[in-house]
Amino acid sequence: LRLIYTTTAVQRKNIGASGPEKYTEEFIKKQIEEFNLGKRHLANMMGEDPETFTQEDIDRAIAYLFPSGLFDKQARPMMKHPTEIFPEQRKIQWGEDGRPFHFLFYTGKQSYYSLMHETYEKFINLQKYQDQLLAQDLLPQKEKRNLSGSRWLTKIELEEMLLEKLSDDDYSRFIQLLEKLVTLPCGDIKEKYVQKFSREVAAQLQKVDIEPLKYDEQGVAFSTGEGARKTARATVVVYDNGTGKITVNGIDVLHYFPVLQDREQLLFPFQFLERLGKHDMICTVSGGGRSAQAGAIRLASAKALKSFVTEKEVEFMRQAGLLTTDPRVRERKKPGQEGARRKFTWKKR
Amino acid sequence: DDRLLTVPLSHPDYFNVKELFSLKDLFDARVHLGHKKGCRHRFMEPYIFGCRLEQDIINLDQTMEHLQLALNFTAHIAYRKGIILFVSRKRQFCHLVESTARECGEYAHTRYWQGGLLTNAHIQFGAGVRLPDLLIFLSSLNNIFKPHVAIRDAAKMNIPTVGVVDTNCNPCLITYPIPGNDDSPSAMELYCKLFKMTIIRAKDKRKQNEAFEELR
Repeated sequence: LRLIYTTTAVQRKNIGASGPEKYTEEFIKKQIEEFNLGKRHLANMMGEDPETFTQEDIDRAIAYLFPSGLFDKQARPMMKHPTEIFPEQRKIQWGEDGRPFHFLFYTGKQSYYSLMHETYEKFINLQKYQDQLLAQDLLPQKEKRNLSGSRWLTKIELEEMLLEKLSDDDYSRFIQLLEKLVTLPCGDIKEKYVQKFSREVAAQLQKVDIEPLKYDEQGVAFSTGEGARKTARATVVVYDNGTGKITVNGIDVLHYFPVLQDREQLLFPFQFLERLGKHDMICTVSGGGRSAQAGAIRLASAKALKSFVTEKEVEFMRQAGLLTTDPRVRERKKPGQEGARRKFTWKKR
Repeated sequence: DDRLLTVPLSHPDYFNVKELFSLKDLFDARVHLGHKKGCRHRFMEPYIFGCRLEQDIINLDQTMEHLQLALNFTAHIAYRKGIILFVSRKRQFCHLVESTARECGEYAHTRYWQGGLLTNAHIQFGAGVRLPDLLIFLSSLNNIFKPHVAIRDAAKMNIPTVGVVDTNCNPCLITYPIPGNDDSPSAMELYCKLFKMTIIRAKDKRKQNEAFEELR
């Protein structure tokens, strides 16, 4: 057997395995001081008043000085207050003599277990109170809790609240305890406590805003709409009491869109609402190609038609997909590949 | 400072823990009731008084002595400002044990015991952690009726242990075992009360002695 010589690098501890770096309070204070100094320097550089330089001004200044085309907002250069950048962490949990502050420190998850302890205490107290009332036959009737408007905290929200990692099991146990607590009658005492852990759910979906009809000089009703598809942008004015004439960029539709497919796209909203010969349309469109411009005009005209039509029909249009901007754009070519998806020919040798 | 620490050690029962409990109290709290004959652990046989209708009865005279030694020891630890950790894996008494610990100003762990809590503390908690100086087991078995991992870990880390051992438990690695019932609510309440009283007494005594020393 030959002796293999290895470097001391192999024997060094795996630093990455011990978890994220813990920041001391001094470090954070230093960062805050540096941030404030940097803010003043930035204000001077931009020629603004250092005293009244807000976070929005900072963002604008940084976007101006370091323009970045990266898609991910988090990846762009940013200058924010250190409390927003460094995640909130637990400071050291014990005093000078070494005694921890919290009585459940040695469990590892002190805030979670103390929360369970408190909730369970409330539960037992409520049960005792209920037993007392039962003994005196004064039990109030069961009040129905409004279930539809609220939801419990999600696991991530709870983790943020407690500043500790939880497992799915822990989270489900906590929710079960809360549910049990809620099923007991005698509401008021526990309501405040339980409200801390429930959030309201928006009952309504986003309401589609329908603009009112505008009237031009002859008293003909019209409405405008804007649409986009790939790189094409279109604005459309739809007039009432019309004959189905369509003008695009000053040119008649038959000349602008010689292909049948494009003209079908333009007519689809009207055909869907069965108003084929009733409206006139004047459109302006720029950018994109043949098909993209057709799609843009279709979206714009559908949006304009919203004002002429009942709410039910607007919902039908939305479900048909007439009111949704098509998010598909051209995917970029990646290095090492022929195109966006196509790879170079694979050769075995 | 030297006097503070050496004077209590010269007396056999400096904190007078004997007056906190009597045989009758133990009997009324049903501390003498053990498990059935089939559950008996071999090493608990010296502590068992007898067997009636297949149920083991624990010898309360021995319990009295062991309890007195254990309470005396906890009082000395509390007097010297040691960290005391109450451990119990009985779900019924989890809340009781945690409240007792909170009221004493000491610590409790009645939840799932993560493997490296004592042995891997520097990585799990941080660099300068202080480990507990005494572990008090109010029930030395875990939820699957096996000996609690903390007994073995405390022995590894040279931490003394005080524990209530029932007839199905292994008293081997516990420094101050207390043979007694760990399943009845009355027995558990009695133990919690006794430990709480001793710890509070010891801490008050410490404050008194420090005040005397300062007056000099």
